[in-house]
Amino acid sequence: MTPSRTAFAALLGKDLRTEIRTMRSLPAMVLFAITTFIIFRYGLDRTTLSGSLAGGVLWTTLLFAAILGINRVFVSEQEEGGFDAFRLAPVDRTVLFTAKAAALFIYLSVLELIVVPTFAVFFLPQWSGLLPLILVLVGANLGFAALGTLISSMAVNSRARDLLVPLLLLPLVVPLMIAATGASAPLLEAGAPSYEEFGTWLLVMGLYDGIFCLVGYAVFEFLLED
Amino acid sequence: MSGRNLKALSTATVVILIIGFALAIFWAPLDADQGFKQKIFYLHVPLAIVALIGFIAGGVEGFRQLRSGDRRHDANSYVFIHLSIVFGVAVLVTGAIWAKASWGHWWVWEEPTLVSFLIVFLLYCTYYPFRYAIEDRDRQARYASVFAITAGAFVPLNFMAVRMAESIIHPRVFASAEGSLPGSMLFAFLVCLVGVGLLWLTLVKVELAGKQASGQVSRLRRALSTDGQSGSVGGRIAPEMEAG
Repeated sequence: MTPSRTAFAALLGKDLRTEIRTMRSLPAMVLFAITTFIIFRYGLDRTTLSGSLAGGVLWTTLLFAAILGINRVFVSEQEEGGFDAFRLAPVDRTVLFTAKAAALFIYLSVLELIVVPTFAVFFLPQWSGLLPLILVLVGANLGFAALGTLISSMAVNSRARDLLVPLLLLPLVVPLMIAATGASAPLLEAGAPSYEEFGTWLLVMGLYDGIFCLVGYAVFEFLLED
Repeated sequence: MSGRNLKALSTATVVILIIGFALAIFWAPLDADQGFKQKIFYLHVPLAIVALIGFIAGGVEGFRQLRSGDRRHDANSYVFIHLSIVFGVAVLVTGAIWAKASWGHWWVWEEPTLVSFLIVFLLYCTYYPFRYAIEDRDRQARYASVFAITAGAFVPLNFMAVRMAESIIHPRVFASAEGSLPGSMLFAFLVCLVGVGLLWLTLVKVELAGKQASGQVSRLRRALSTDGQSGSVGGRIAPEMEAG
């Protein structure tokens, strides 16, 4: 049995290399997010945003961009026989879950590295809230990564893959979005950012991330059996 | 499930439901604030409690299905979730009626329990398209179980998050219905709760009996058309999980 750490590094490395060479997910996610900002600018008819409005626009955009990426997490495995190859390999099944979740976490972080500063340039009058926002982004990314990997692996083997991912994911991320917007809204307030209930919402996110990491880790192997 | 048991169970359901509603309408005192309108509480809240317990029980059955690989648990999980969705429609409708009657709006965003319930309901609605998008029977059972477990874990988390959002962002406008119920109201409520629970159980049994019967019929049909192929099925009565 190959040690899990080696298998994890190999799988994650493969995913990142594929993404760097083919650029299949990330550019689309970034483009989508930036275009969405423009739609919000005209839809809401605002040139600056603050408080809960800013939080709402940012998180809605990130969520939908994340769904684009989540849709594609397992597509290459499905189309090019990666699942079969993985089933043959003498490794722990859950390694695929952790590796894919880690890859998704990295994609989302790169996405935010580009999109959040763009958002700040477009809409925010002052940027002091962005530094603590990183914590919120990390918390949300963890949840997206765990749940997205789970949902993606559930949907990829069904007939209605592209339809099912958003359908299943959206209700499931409502608590995460409540916590993320709850924590970000005071940070993005015009004037000085406030930390009202910041810790509480981070705690809720941590709980959410923990539960869905555990659930995903526990049930994932049943999705791979054939 | 034999026919006689089912008959006894359905009789008990009808009797207890009638007693419960009679107690609620004629015996329990009128609510000081809301008057007669508040009586819908005796239908709405039991329906919601039973539906939520059904969702979580569906998750537990999903877990048992993954553990044992026994398709009966999958059938249970499916029927639990199915009936809880049906009850869920009733919860949302009665909730809307209650909201209209007491607060003047069909939908009240400040009421966290109702909002949480809607989110949970929407999540479970995706159970059907998800389930029937998977063709292979074994895989369908496994994937549906994974869904049931994930969604079951989500239910309490969602209620917590929505409630927190309300209490942090807005002050709580409506005090919760529980708390200091007078004894007679509580008793009438509990009888209604038992009645609605029995109703759910009866419907579950009917559904499962129907599934077993249709499974048996199709198995017999298979045995008749090509005798010799039925050997793999074995003697156990596994419910058929056809669409519909």
